[in-house]
Amino acid sequence: MAYSDERTIRGKVAIAGVAETTYYKHGTTPDPEFRMALEAIIKAADDAGIAVTDIDGFASYSNDRNDPNRLATALGLPELKFSNMFWGGGGGGGSGAVANACAAIVAGYADTVVVYRSLAQGQFGRFGQAGGGNVVRGGGAFTAPYGLMSPAQSFAMRVHRFMYEHGTKQEALRAISLASYKHAQSNPRAVMHGRELTEEIYDNSRWIVEPFHLFDCCMENDGAAAMVIASAERARDLKQTPAYVLAAMQGSDYRQGATAHNAPDYPTSNFKTLVPRLYEHAQVTVDDVDVLQSYENFTGGVLMSIVEHGFCEPDEANELFTLENLSAPGGKMPLNTSGGNLAECYMHGLELIIEAVRQVRGQSTAQVPDVNISMVGSGPMVQPVSDLILARDTGEGS
Amino acid sequence: MAASTNSDQKYYLPEGMPAPAANVDGLEAPFWEAVQRHELLVQRCTECQTYQWGPEWLCHNCLSFDMGWVEIEPRGTIFSWERAWYPVHPALQQGLPYIVVLIELAQAGNIRMVGNLLGDPEQEVVIGADVEAVFEDHAVGEGVDEPYTLVQWKLPGS
Repeated sequence: MAYSDERTIRGKVAIAGVAETTYYKHGTTPDPEFRMALEAIIKAADDAGIAVTDIDGFASYSNDRNDPNRLATALGLPELKFSNMFWGGGGGGGSGAVANACAAIVAGYADTVVVYRSLAQGQFGRFGQAGGGNVVRGGGAFTAPYGLMSPAQSFAMRVHRFMYEHGTKQEALRAISLASYKHAQSNPRAVMHGRELTEEIYDNSRWIVEPFHLFDCCMENDGAAAMVIASAERARDLKQTPAYVLAAMQGSDYRQGATAHNAPDYPTSNFKTLVPRLYEHAQVTVDDVDVLQSYENFTGGVLMSIVEHGFCEPDEANELFTLENLSAPGGKMPLNTSGGNLAECYMHGLELIIEAVRQVRGQSTAQVPDVNISMVGSGPMVQPVSDLILARDTGEGS
Repeated sequence: MAASTNSDQKYYLPEGMPAPAANVDGLEAPFWEAVQRHELLVQRCTECQTYQWGPEWLCHNCLSFDMGWVEIEPRGTIFSWERAWYPVHPALQQGLPYIVVLIELAQAGNIRMVGNLLGDPEQEVVIGADVEAVFEDHAVGEGVDEPYTLVQWKLPGS
């Protein structure tokens, strides 16, 4: 082992409480974004069985607008010991925010850290649309004047190259979308609960940008989600079965931020250097993973990400990515079991982490039997990305 | 130039798209000035001769701040592509679909450039196909105070 126990967080921290507000279609929440953040945090504290005033730290990502100082003030916290923002946009920081919270607890900076995300885009700007103005400067000048502006377009270019190199079929992307919608049908929280997706509906749906149909793209939603993170020792005495953190960390590969699509390794989800470190810290292999939540900005990124986590070789994706294999409870690799960003709620992937916790607890609406290892991948194709591995049993008598 | 199959359009994409400009620190200015002369300039380190794109203030290979600009042959191969069907900008409402290509420039260390593939927007696109640059000159227009030039791509003989 290159990493001593002293230099990992393995088994030292747990997710003790999780909660979300009602999830809404984009632009339809009756509540202000900040109010939703407060509601999710209070519910997460209640789920954990702690007093709100026990919270002494906050971590978030993707430039969340809801400032920890305002949250701490609004919630009447006696002390704010830790406030933290993970750099980068999109969902790359979901697991990374958890990692930062865990590090703060292990380092003794804080004792009870809340990771949160609140989104009401209708009250602010909207994703997937170019901003105003008739001049674009810097790196964007190499893409925007050619009509390459949105996240879907940025990522479709990478995915197309991957599909070309490895013979990946559209059906493999479709299976990811079908599995998310299938799992959403048993999840009453899901925005797409009651909205079934079939192969025919997918195939006939409009292109957003080839190779992405409408159903390959994440939704946009309003809502808030939060979770309480505490030491493993403390979590054992709280209300819920702890979801112990085996590893949580961020990463980014060589020059992935190069502008004008010049990352040297191009058809990648950007997990290649992170994954070996992740498994080494967690002391698990890919074969140990019982259930997987993998961030879906777009289905193609999910596929590339799962390949880079070692679930199959790039050329084997057509065989692995079938609805049967991706479905809970009995599939070979149950994926996005709450419906995720495609069909539960686009909570920037925090809903995926909550689902990973519920799988550990046995509380999922698409429960996989006997889950021990529950993994989350956050933010394929962005920089940085991050990962999280949770366990019901750390294997050390905990 | 007849960039599009839509004869009403002056350019490949409809008018009203954002105009490109160098960052306020001037990093990319040599490129945007050169394309107006129909020259394709990219960064090449004067110390270690590494090609670099997009531009940066130093060489990622040897960390020299002496990045030079060299003219390269305006040809490449299609590395990846996409056909866009959703109007991510209001100006695109009248210009769907359209093709964006990622071009690899083997003569310049395999750096890549983004552009549109001229011609039928519903044509079949082949990764690996050879393409030539076309300099698309844009006049001063609505909200655009300075003329500028985009680098587009076409199949030879098309």
